[in-house]
This record gives sequence, C-alpha cells and structure tokens, in this order.
Amino acid sequence: MEINFTHHQTAHCENGVVSNLMKHNGFDISEPMVFGIGSGLLFCYIPFLKINHGPAITYRIMPGFIFKRFAKRVNIKIKREKFKNTQHAKTRLDENLEKNNPVGLQVGVYNLTYFPDDYRFHFNAHNLVVYGKKNELYLISDPVMETVTTLTEKELEKVRFAKGAFAPNGHIYFPTEFPKELNIEAAIIKGIKHTCKDMLAPIPIVGVKGIRLVAKLIRKWPKKKGNKIANHYLGQIVRMQEEIGTGGGGFRYIYAAFLQESSKLLNNPKLEELAKEMTIIGDLWRDFALEASRIYKNRSAKENAYNNVASQLESIADKEEVFFKKLKKSI
Amino acid sequence: MKKNEVPQDNGEFKELCYAVDDKGNYITTKSTGWEPKSIALSNAIEEINERVANVKARVLNNETSPIEYYMELHKMDINILTSYVGLWKWRVKRHFKPSVFKKLSTDILQKYADVFEISIDQLKNIEHGN
Repeated sequence: MEINFTHHQTAHCENGVVSNLMKHNGFDISEPMVFGIGSGLLFCYIPFLKINHGPAITYRIMPGFIFKRFAKRVNIKIKREKFKNTQHAKTRLDENLEKNNPVGLQVGVYNLTYFPDDYRFHFNAHNLVVYGKKNELYLISDPVMETVTTLTEKELEKVRFAKGAFAPNGHIYFPTEFPKELNIEAAIIKGIKHTCKDMLAPIPIVGVKGIRLVAKLIRKWPKKKGNKIANHYLGQIVRMQEEIGTGGGGFRYIYAAFLQESSKLLNNPKLEELAKEMTIIGDLWRDFALEASRIYKNRSAKENAYNNVASQLESIADKEEVFFKKLKKSI
Repeated sequence: MKKNEVPQDNGEFKELCYAVDDKGNYITTKSTGWEPKSIALSNAIEEINERVANVKARVLNNETSPIEYYMELHKMDINILTSYVGLWKWRVKRHFKPSVFKKLSTDILQKYADVFEISIDQLKNIEHGN
C-alpha cells in the first residue's frame, strides 16, 4: 500500500519529519516554525565525551526534544513506541501503514544505504517517515534527501535497531490528536523565551558561556595536544556546525527564518529587525568556519592562527549575548 | 547569507539551505557543498583510514587481534562495538589480545563475524577482509 504523502525536502531531519507529518494532517507548518517553537537552537559543549575521537559540541538540543516541545506547545498528542523484539517492531509499523497512517521513525545513519558513504557514521538520532510498502520495499521519505527513496525489510530493520549511544530500539512515533485550531502565537512566545533562557544560562558549558569556553579550549589545544589533534578538533567543530541538517551557520539561518515568519504572525516588527541581526551572526559563524578550515587545510598553522579563530568565537559570543537579551525583551 | 552566496562545491549530495533573497526575505535553496566542510569531512575520513592502516600493521605484528581492525574499519569505537556484540566491555577488550583471540569459541567468533557481516574465516584472516 502507498499512503498519499507529500515529501518536502528540509534542512534538518527532526524538523522535517514533524513539518511533513503536520502538513500531511492539514496544518501548514514550516520547518523553521517547528525548530523555533520546539526551541531547537542551542550551543553546548559536553565535557568528558568524545565523538569520533574529538570534542562533543552541539548546536541544537537533544534529539527528540524539538518534537516533544513542539507538540506540547501547540497541544497535539503523539504516540511513541519502542521495541525489544524486531518482529514486533515490524508488525506494529505494518499495522500503522495498513491504517493509512504515515509513521515517523528514529534510525541510525551508519547502515542507511542511500546516504553517500562518507556521511555514514554511527549516529543514531536520524529521523525519517515511512509512508507505505510495495513489493516488500518500504517507501521512505527522508527529509534531508531531495526525493523519496526505498529500503528493504532487512535494511530498515538494521537501521531501526542500530546500537550505541541514542540507540533507537525501533522507535516509532506519530501524532494522534489535534486541537481544532493551533494556537501558534502563544507557542512562538514560549519557544522564544525558552531559547533565550538556554542561550543565556548561567552554566559554563551552555549557550553564550559555552561558546566562550570552547574559544578558551581552542587557544590551549595546539600546545596541549599538538597541531595534528588540534586540527582534527577544529575540523570536528566545523562539521558539527555545518553538517547536513543545520541549514548553514549552526542553525542560525533557520532561526532567523523563524523570527522573520514570527514577526508577521505576531505583527511584531522588532522580530523582523532581530531576524536580520541573526542572519549577520550566522554569517559570522560561517566566517569562523572558513578561518578554521584555513588552519586545517594547511596543517602547519602558527599558534597565532588558533588565537585568531578563538577571538572570532569570543566576538560571536558577545554578539549573541546582546542578541538574546534583546530578543527576550522584544516579546 | 544571501541567495547568490550559497556555496556550490559540486558534492554528490544536494542539501537544503536557508538564505536571504534580494528583498531580504528568507527562502530555501540547494547547496552542493562548501569547501571548509568538505575538507573537514575528507580529513576525518583520512584520519579513519590512518587508524585502520595503523591497527592493520599491529594485527600483522601480532600486537592486537583482528577484532580491533574490523572495529576501526567499521568506524566504531569500543563502546559501539560492545553494544553491537552484546558483551561486557572488559571482555571485548580482552578479545583484542592475540593469545585470547586464538582460543575463542566458535560461538563468540560468530557473534563478531555477524556484527561485521563477514565469515569466521575472514574474521581470522584480515587479508580476506578488504
């Protein structure tokens, strides 16, 4: 069977699944709206944790939280299920497809056969929609892909039961109940307030303070770790910031798009101005990535170069601090 | 980022980006990649290849077992391997010792072979594994 589901490509997988499922149910919610209402934007350095033998830095909140917060704020109900048994997981998915219900799935990326090889790492918090099954092939709408694709039963089972951090355990989810009308305005305000609180949090590893901390670490890396490892670490930061899914500039552009859309919905011209400011901050993140890439491209950078990118980060932190204080007051 | 500044680096993957048009409105557009990102990615891949070559030499030198080689080949670290194979971490670490590896039962070997999707023969002899 094939459910009449429209695939829209988005920048980020979780936003994309939510936005596509909402659209399927007749609510025209854009990707930036999902991201903004779900308070997706963040900066966080996670100490003691290594990813691909490098520092763990994230530009977004924990996987799953965007949808959770979004659902709560616009008052929709979601059904979620996880499984121990692979057969049971498959049956439940098939049952839903039979009922004409497209289902969101959490999967691991490493065995996603349609991804380019170089992008296949052990990352388990990817999201996609299954919207049917034809000749033993599952019909897949992966929001980061241009078009729809398919996976065999075996391939889908493998990505649903990927192991390691954030193991999906066959996780499926779909909205079950909607209010008559979504109260978008109130949800936007809640979303913005939460993001301001996160970014200005008095915690050394989070938000603006987290950015300053990473700048400090970058200054230390060449001496403490040597150029080779320092370069690997810098490369890792740029990858987290610009990896597929961020929409560029560590999600800052998506957030700016959200503020612009909100400005019209709330009839608040201040948000339009702030959207412009966020775009400029996004450009600064891009400049930082470009400078950092010059270091790891040559491999023989002077210590001065590391100090320069660290200063760039510190100036971004200053600008974001001012920005989020203004944003908090504007609503 | 303005619409005409969206980088195109001829990658095989077309991803969606957010950019501003002439009137200052946000639109979505596609990007085929950006050099700073492509270099970071290819450096990371190179790093993995180096690790694989390094561990391969150590296997041939009888300093570690083929399990560690296949682990690196599959871009895993010990925690990921541990959860796939379903054994305690200390046991997996112990299986890295060539002397311990040689005495492993077929059951245990099969577990590793299943994770790496190879035969036990290939597991024992990394030359088969490429």
